[in-house]
Amino acid sequence: MEIILAIVVGLLYTVGVYLLLRRSILKFIIGLIFMSNATNLLVFLSAGLVPGSPAFVQAGSGSSAPLADPLPQALVLTAIVIGLGIVVFTLALKYKFFETTGTDDLDQLKKTDN
Amino acid sequence: MITFVALPILLPFIFIISLLVFRSDRLAGWLGVFGSGLLILLSGYLFILVQKHGVIALQMGGWEAPFGITLVVDFLSAIMLVVAALIVFSIAIYALRFLPKTIRLNRFFIFFFGLTMGLNGAFVTGDVFNLFVWFEVMLMSSFVLITLGRTKEQLEGGIKYMSLNLIGSLLFLAGVGLLYGKTGTLNMAHLAEILKNDNQAILMNTSAVLFFVAFGIKAAVFPLYFWLPASYHTPNITISSLFAGLLTKVGVYTFIRFFTLFFVHDQQFWHQLLLITAGFTMVAGGMAAAAHYETRRILSYHIISQIGYMIMGLGIFTPLAIAGAIFFTIHNMIAKTNTFLVAGMIAKARGTFELKEVGGLFKQSPFLAILFMVPAFALAGVPPISGFFAKFILIKAGLENGNYVITAVAILTGMLTLYSMIKIWNEAFLKAQPANEYASTPFKKLKFAEYFPSVLLGATSILMGLFAAYLFDFTMNAANQLIDPSLYIETVLKG
Amino acid sequence: MNSVILQLAAKYLRWLLISFAVLALLRGHNNPGGGFIGGLMAGLAIVYKGFAFNAFQVKEKLLKRPERYMGLGLFLILLSFIPSVFAGKPLMTGIWITVPVPFFSGIKLGTPFLFDIGVFFTVIGVTLLFVFSLTQKK
Repeated sequence: MEIILAIVVGLLYTVGVYLLLRRSILKFIIGLIFMSNATNLLVFLSAGLVPGSPAFVQAGSGSSAPLADPLPQALVLTAIVIGLGIVVFTLALKYKFFETTGTDDLDQLKKTDN
Repeated sequence: MITFVALPILLPFIFIISLLVFRSDRLAGWLGVFGSGLLILLSGYLFILVQKHGVIALQMGGWEAPFGITLVVDFLSAIMLVVAALIVFSIAIYALRFLPKTIRLNRFFIFFFGLTMGLNGAFVTGDVFNLFVWFEVMLMSSFVLITLGRTKEQLEGGIKYMSLNLIGSLLFLAGVGLLYGKTGTLNMAHLAEILKNDNQAILMNTSAVLFFVAFGIKAAVFPLYFWLPASYHTPNITISSLFAGLLTKVGVYTFIRFFTLFFVHDQQFWHQLLLITAGFTMVAGGMAAAAHYETRRILSYHIISQIGYMIMGLGIFTPLAIAGAIFFTIHNMIAKTNTFLVAGMIAKARGTFELKEVGGLFKQSPFLAILFMVPAFALAGVPPISGFFAKFILIKAGLENGNYVITAVAILTGMLTLYSMIKIWNEAFLKAQPANEYASTPFKKLKFAEYFPSVLLGATSILMGLFAAYLFDFTMNAANQLIDPSLYIETVLKG
Repeated sequence: MNSVILQLAAKYLRWLLISFAVLALLRGHNNPGGGFIGGLMAGLAIVYKGFAFNAFQVKEKLLKRPERYMGLGLFLILLSFIPSVFAGKPLMTGIWITVPVPFFSGIKLGTPFLFDIGVFFTVIGVTLLFVFSLTQKK
């Protein structure tokens, strides 16, 4: 199961990088979303998969059933929230940029360079 | 007493709340200055505490060390907190006079404190994932700050700033994931303990490379710096100076923290890589700065060039070199912010940042010339001021350790720095004002609130030069603490 | 979008959604739910009416100034830190008290719950702010 998800992570990164290289700002942002999801999945995978097991058990129950590691789940939750905030901000920025300049083309963004 | 460790984070948080509640702009100004003033006192107190105890650790929520989030202050964190508070304070005063009417002070100070909170959090935390969270807090505040006012250039610069920094954050997070997968912990002290005796530590290189690129983007080192000169000159000068003094230096701080505390395996490869990066960073930044004629752009490339020195100190990796890197970082934070502040004053006097369009300022205001001279001399490394000692320590460390190439590069880059500082001096102060539209702008006498921040930072630079011996002793202690982190590990893990 | 059914439904569904969000907040400490999820639900419920009427310019009490939700939420979060300091424990340690209530075996209240309520309001504010910044026209 881990190997399949690892391949999915790779695929998501591929799609993300491909979209990052496009000229449209919107596609660029979609690429960022793909990459951020790939990263979240990677962090989630880092503890290994323990399907169908709880992360918490009653204190003193003494069961020896396998436990899921709660920490990566908490990390991913935080990362998803942060990612949400950032994606909204980038979309708002893109929207304002489109409103003032009327362009979605990254090649037009050369004024502040050099 | 131990709760004080969390206060550098909580204090900006309290001020954010009060700014959200009280929306008056006049009050926002006072709150901003008052809050950052308190921050100086607080960091000063922490600094004294740390000198007494060595390392202080707070286990948040009472969760024992490897399981909960730990906040740690050691010598390096303490000095960074103090310097950052000083810069934040001077920018708060500066903002009162230099922000345009289109930017509401209330808005500015909310995100200003957001940035400060993230910054202090990054300095204080002892947990890798928590560090990521503080980076994001800082990054989001800086996104908003860089687009405040919403001019066309700002939005364009904002997109460039955002895109590269977000990719950096994603790499950071991927690094965190791999680190956790290998070691099963994210507490820095625990990581150090685990990796110290791990004969498979070389596997950490995958994770370390991701962190290297992520911090490289944040700190703007050689092949990854392109976001910085494309965006730093777009916002208002207040915001530029805030970023110039603080943001990239957090990247350097994390470099020093990670590569002295737990990525200490495979030293030859990493130090070689750090040195090569440092050399190219210095030269690329210095050359680009020499080619430009807009103050903010020159100074932006300078930031990059000087990041190279700090990375160089880390790459040489002797106690003396790391002390030099710390000395250089704090000197540079202060002097760099100061040059940006003075650039703002020049632009206010003449109405433009283009050096070709201005001139004759020395005659009109010798006082402004002195204000510029102090940080410029400091950056160029003229003896009585802080920069000379910073560079001297680094070069001495390089020669002692036999890193002749990087030392030569550092000395040559010093020449380039001097050249660009002289260029600003000649163009803005010495040459006669060209006959153009800006010539008729009447020169207004500087008000107290306008020059006070620069005087404060300039005086600090000079004092750092005069009392360099004391400061050097302190940075040496900090470096020894970094090279041998047993006290850090013990304090965090054994409480 | 200008649908009569949606507009009529929005009036009543909104309060249903908000009460559901509060439920999610209350059961959150040991079960799925909690401040963040509850806050998202409540935030979307508040926004819902704006979508139905296709107008965020509508002068409505709940929609005005999302910053005040954030201010309230962050303030509650700050309050939740204070008891641990006075109890002499490390910052953010959970302090619990049991309130005797007739017919129940007593309700446990603690600083983590206060923290959760704070998160609830902050997330409402953030959600509103997000939606506004993406829908506002010049």
